[in-house]
Amino acid sequence: MALGSICGLQTMTKLNSSLRENCNLLNSQDSAFVNEAIYGSENFVTPRDIDILSNQKNLTDKDSNVKIHFDHGTTTLAFKFKHGVIVAVDSRATAGPYIASQTVKKVIEINPYLLGTMAGGAADCSFWERHLAKECRLHELRNKERISVAAASKLLANTVYNYKGMGLSMGTMIVGWDKKGPGLYYVDSDGERMKNNMFSVGSGSTYAYGVLDSGYKWNLSVEEAYDLGKRAIYHATHRDAYSGGVVNLYHMKESGWIKVSQTDVKELHYQYQEEKSRRR
Amino acid sequence: MECLIGLQGKDFVLVASDTMSARSIVSMKQDQDKMFPLSDKLLMLVCGESGDTAQFAEYIAKNIQLYKMRNGYELSPSAAANFTRKQLADALRSQTPYQVNLLLAGYDKEDGPGLFYMDYLASLNKVPFGVHGYGGFFSLSVMDRFYRKDITQPEAMKLLQQCIDELSKRFIVNMSSFNVRMVSKDGIQNLGVIKPQPASV
Repeated sequence: MALGSICGLQTMTKLNSSLRENCNLLNSQDSAFVNEAIYGSENFVTPRDIDILSNQKNLTDKDSNVKIHFDHGTTTLAFKFKHGVIVAVDSRATAGPYIASQTVKKVIEINPYLLGTMAGGAADCSFWERHLAKECRLHELRNKERISVAAASKLLANTVYNYKGMGLSMGTMIVGWDKKGPGLYYVDSDGERMKNNMFSVGSGSTYAYGVLDSGYKWNLSVEEAYDLGKRAIYHATHRDAYSGGVVNLYHMKESGWIKVSQTDVKELHYQYQEEKSRRR
Repeated sequence: MECLIGLQGKDFVLVASDTMSARSIVSMKQDQDKMFPLSDKLLMLVCGESGDTAQFAEYIAKNIQLYKMRNGYELSPSAAANFTRKQLADALRSQTPYQVNLLLAGYDKEDGPGLFYMDYLASLNKVPFGVHGYGGFFSLSVMDRFYRKDITQPEAMKLLQQCIDELSKRFIVNMSSFNVRMVSKDGIQNLGVIKPQPASV
């Protein structure tokens, strides 16, 4: 455990042995049983002999010597309207002040009828949404029927809830189409899950909400909706230093999702600028 | 910044919960229902740590339904409150305690209406009226002043409106609407959404 010692991981060997002594269960079979009872779980795997919750500090404290800092910074949005659901995201990844990438795919294509968005930890989002994709496929095979958006989002919420307090970081929107029509849920690493007509997640979300709220109507035409999604992300990238790159735009329809466009925010900037000057 | 309000009348319990769901400084949902029906005449209002609230409330609701299926009769409101308290207290000393505050409103054939107040430390009290959250600093005195234990339903609605008006006048946090429900011998009745009335002076 070289990395473990650098990160200041504290094992519970002491606690472990004293527990065993107290239990008077020193033969190997029983102690394995006690170990299993103390640390094991059928539901999911966590490292043995390490108390994740108390060791978390070394990785999250600002003054800690461990130079691992999780990235945040994103703008993602999705809204329901008459003709389905619009999903729009930026594409910037930052590590502190450094722009690590301008071409991140923050919309995760779970299956032809389900999309997930990525905010918070990129690895957490892509791993758990891939895990969700597996669960959704298994549901299809078992039930000969596509999973509902409500059920899919709940699967994800329940999974991450099991890891609550262990440092997962994700804020995601699950978007889909099922028997009940268009579906939009927000799921985060607190285990929160909610349904609404409009969500925006990430550091630029407040800016995106501003544009979205002032232009949103249920009866938006498809073109108007595309424009609103792009604009909201553009204005968020304009104000939020941690958002930028390109706008990826998706449309969820009854027949499944389509990728509408990928537009550099620079192009949008000059386009909007010109529109403004023409209006004068 | 959440608010749960409950008050018990002669033959009913009136409850209200604010409808906002917030992440850090952003309000993400303005029509969140924080009430969970546990059985026909038992309603739980939950607020607190996000994620924990729904998980805990659903866990309690399902277990109360399971008890009914296994035994053929339901837990009384006070029994349900004590069951909930035990679950919360056991979790309190675990690695992952549930950080939830709740109100339990029920109606029992023998005991009549009952309102139970429980916080995340699993302290349980039967109260004539109770408020969770900062809202309590403003509305509890209003209740102390105007509550009577033989309060009628229209009077209770008026008192509730008075509490919410006081919140909108003196509390800096915006609580634009409240879900209202009543539990009585007829079960759980949805009384819709109430909003603060504009202050007259």
